Amino acid sequence: MSVEKKSDFHVVNHSLPRRDGRVKVTGKAQYVADLRLIGMAYAKVLRSPYAHAKIISIDKSRAEAHSGVYCVVTGYDLDGINPYYGHAVKDHPLLAIDKVRYAGEAVAAVVAVDERTAFEAVELIDVKYEELKAVFTPQEALASDAPLLHQRQFEAGALRGFEGEVTAGKGTNICQTHKIQWGDVEKAFKEAAAVIEGDYYFPMTYAYAMEPYVAIAEVNDQGVTIYSSAQHPFMVRHDLKSVFNLPVSSVRLIVPFVGGGYGSKSYTKIEPLVAACSWKAKRPVKLQLTVEEAMLTTRSDDAYTWMRTAVDKNGKIIARQAKILMNTGAYAENSPLVVEKSTNRCVGPYAISNVLIENSSLYTNTVPASSYRGFGCAQVTLPGESQIDELAKKIGKDPYEFRLANAAKPGEEFFPGMRPFDGTLKEDLDTAAKAVGWGKPLPKGHGRTVACSGSDAGAYPLTSTAIRVHADGSVTIMTGSTELGQGSHTVLPQIAAEELGVPYEKVRVVSSDTAITPYDRSTGASRTTTLMGSAVLEASREAIQQMVVMAADVLKVKVEEIQTVRGGVRCGEAQLNWSEVISKFYALPDGEVIGRAYIRKSGRFSALPVFWEAAATACEISVDEETGKITMEKLATVGDVGLAINPALAEGQDLGAATMGMGIGLFEELIYEGAQLMNGSILDYRLPRFSDLPKEVELHLVQNQDGVGPYGAKGGGEASLNSMAANIANAVDSAVGVRIRQAPLTPERVWRALKEKKGR
Amino acid sequence: MNLSFQLNGKPWQLDCEPADTLAEVLRNQLNLNGTKVSCEVQVCGACTVLVDNVPVSACTYLAYEARGKNVLTIEGLENPDGTLHPLQQAFIDEFAFQCGYCTPGMIMAAKALLDEKPKPTRDEIIHHMDGNICRCTGYVPIVAAIERAAALMAKEKQS
Repeated sequence: MSVEKKSDFHVVNHSLPRRDGRVKVTGKAQYVADLRLIGMAYAKVLRSPYAHAKIISIDKSRAEAHSGVYCVVTGYDLDGINPYYGHAVKDHPLLAIDKVRYAGEAVAAVVAVDERTAFEAVELIDVKYEELKAVFTPQEALASDAPLLHQRQFEAGALRGFEGEVTAGKGTNICQTHKIQWGDVEKAFKEAAAVIEGDYYFPMTYAYAMEPYVAIAEVNDQGVTIYSSAQHPFMVRHDLKSVFNLPVSSVRLIVPFVGGGYGSKSYTKIEPLVAACSWKAKRPVKLQLTVEEAMLTTRSDDAYTWMRTAVDKNGKIIARQAKILMNTGAYAENSPLVVEKSTNRCVGPYAISNVLIENSSLYTNTVPASSYRGFGCAQVTLPGESQIDELAKKIGKDPYEFRLANAAKPGEEFFPGMRPFDGTLKEDLDTAAKAVGWGKPLPKGHGRTVACSGSDAGAYPLTSTAIRVHADGSVTIMTGSTELGQGSHTVLPQIAAEELGVPYEKVRVVSSDTAITPYDRSTGASRTTTLMGSAVLEASREAIQQMVVMAADVLKVKVEEIQTVRGGVRCGEAQLNWSEVISKFYALPDGEVIGRAYIRKSGRFSALPVFWEAAATACEISVDEETGKITMEKLATVGDVGLAINPALAEGQDLGAATMGMGIGLFEELIYEGAQLMNGSILDYRLPRFSDLPKEVELHLVQNQDGVGPYGAKGGGEASLNSMAANIANAVDSAVGVRIRQAPLTPERVWRALKEKKGR
Repeated sequence: MNLSFQLNGKPWQLDCEPADTLAEVLRNQLNLNGTKVSCEVQVCGACTVLVDNVPVSACTYLAYEARGKNVLTIEGLENPDGTLHPLQQAFIDEFAFQCGYCTPGMIMAAKALLDEKPKPTRDEIIHHMDGNICRCTGYVPIVAAIERAAALMAKEKQS
């Protein structure tokens, strides 16, 4: 496919206003929390107080007798359906069966006339437990006397296109292992001029999508219909099909606007539970979790990483080795893929000839971990980018120059077997460094850093779409991509308007209804612009081809005589726009043309990853040595996005991601004490606020049209998060000379490190 | 119990339970779903509405406390002719939201600020808005939107 020049675009590459703008600023945008069905009941969940315990008995008689209660559902009421789900492995019962595996696990659900009644009745359920020994860290889970969380052999789920074999359920607490290896690591470390080695910890974090998990299910003779806040309706459909043993066509997932995802709404969460409630209560049921319950539903994998990196005497990185233990919690969820990705992402974006990375994720009696923006990358970029700075310091090189010298070059096949690198790290790093005044003098107590990230996008190419061109020349895009705020309802119309030559305002998106919109694998891994965007582009062109044939029929000429012009066709003197073509074809001002596209792993999408997600971030911080408090003075983001279909949206993604990364670097961390999550509420879990925003912010895009997506676009929106924790750790070292190998760098940790340094 | 109050400029009377929060009454009884509920502990600001021009968290503000008062929600901000309030327009122009879940509360909190201080400094904006969380944008565009709206409102006042 030839790539058009940037200057030729009419609609794309312009920061047009969001199509969901007006409904969102007037309070009219509908989320699942806002929906109500006729005859709808409400569910509330009883959760386990124990981390690991046998369920001896459940007495639900008092709750069922409570006025206003329709039914109480437990794991023992599920005969007739398959209660275990999971897209990687089916290890997750929709309600605990026989035992509970973490404090907060759903044990029973009450369905009642309203939420308050359901809540009251939950208190009346009497569960007797026999506590079992529990494990909370990967190290404890690996111990020889560790209790086994799962005794069953699991069936595989719907996760296809996953390169490895899911290792869960093999009689240990190991959920997944992954290893990559090339070159001769031992030899390289022996011959190295300098080596940095260290242990790092990346914390459990909570995405805090402000709309907590919510779903409404209606199970009846027609099948299963669910309104959900899910990012990936088609993946959830597969889980539901399997739970209820139904054909695909009998399961319908509908996703309206989603109030934030960041990966936390990837894959199936509460949908099987709410569907089981509807099945038992024989009416539509809504289940809306509180934020506290959402915090007991999904978190990110925390990671313990031992890493070492070596350079030769010329400052060339020659080897990297890492051993990683990830904590996936009680159920696998998406951790098998997170493990694979975090293993791969230890390398990039550097060309290193000797590599050995070994990674395992362990089941523990904690909240299940799953996808979180950048899945797995931030966990290993903290050690990876920390070691780049540590090595540069050790050999007396400028860390920015050191990165430039080792970064993967455009077109370089730096990761064996993967797509050659399609970004321009030199330009990314240059832009970021310049934005924070690299090389200029700094006040005492200030530190300045630049870091980069290049990750193998998890986007698997399987996407389809239909574009309906109506007789008045307006257009409807049918897309399985979900609008989470990332801007799919804006970017996809821009692409269709660019191709069809119709006004942007006349293109409407209908999204994420599995009964109506064609299949799209997911809305995650920064895939939508690249894959759904390509599908929209191809479907628009296919619609044009059909309309050319129609025009020939209408004008009674040969197809070859029809010439396309922007927004229509020409044949000699005759010129027709699309509205005229369609209206004349049907001989009525009605009817439509449907353009289609199917994207699969072939052609330009055959090499994986479909793109490398590259970005650089830079910052300047100051450290108050009395308190250990870090202040963000400057932040710069550089997204290497190929071509921004909507530059303002692309920059907004980068800033949002960098702010989340900054939160993890400075204060975000879920803390367990024994069985209990100690800060499982927004009162206690510290999030970035207005007063935390950096004093100066610069947002940049690098647009070399080097991606496989439409007009050379590729994905963005994760990579600016990945390097932020490392950036902050490196900046603290540069500012006050202490190296902290753990995120977040809370005032206490910085203060203690400073105290220890002074004591030496 | 009987509750009568002014809601978005019109008198309203309804029955509510003593334990009903203002958010519950707005959303469940009056179908005004623009007011979003997230943290339910008065920390995130998503449910911010104005009661007698003062921003309150509707998730914990009991409905009966609004008796005899003026309640303004996001639904009451649009002008009768369908044009947007300068803050709403500025949020669109500055890309000051992504998922949109925090947006109604954000706009209501900002309105309280601009009503009191038509020309706030950047620091005053940050201080006033610190009780509203946005997880998508990184706040910078929201500050820009509030500044833009302030300029727009000053211009409207002049003309």
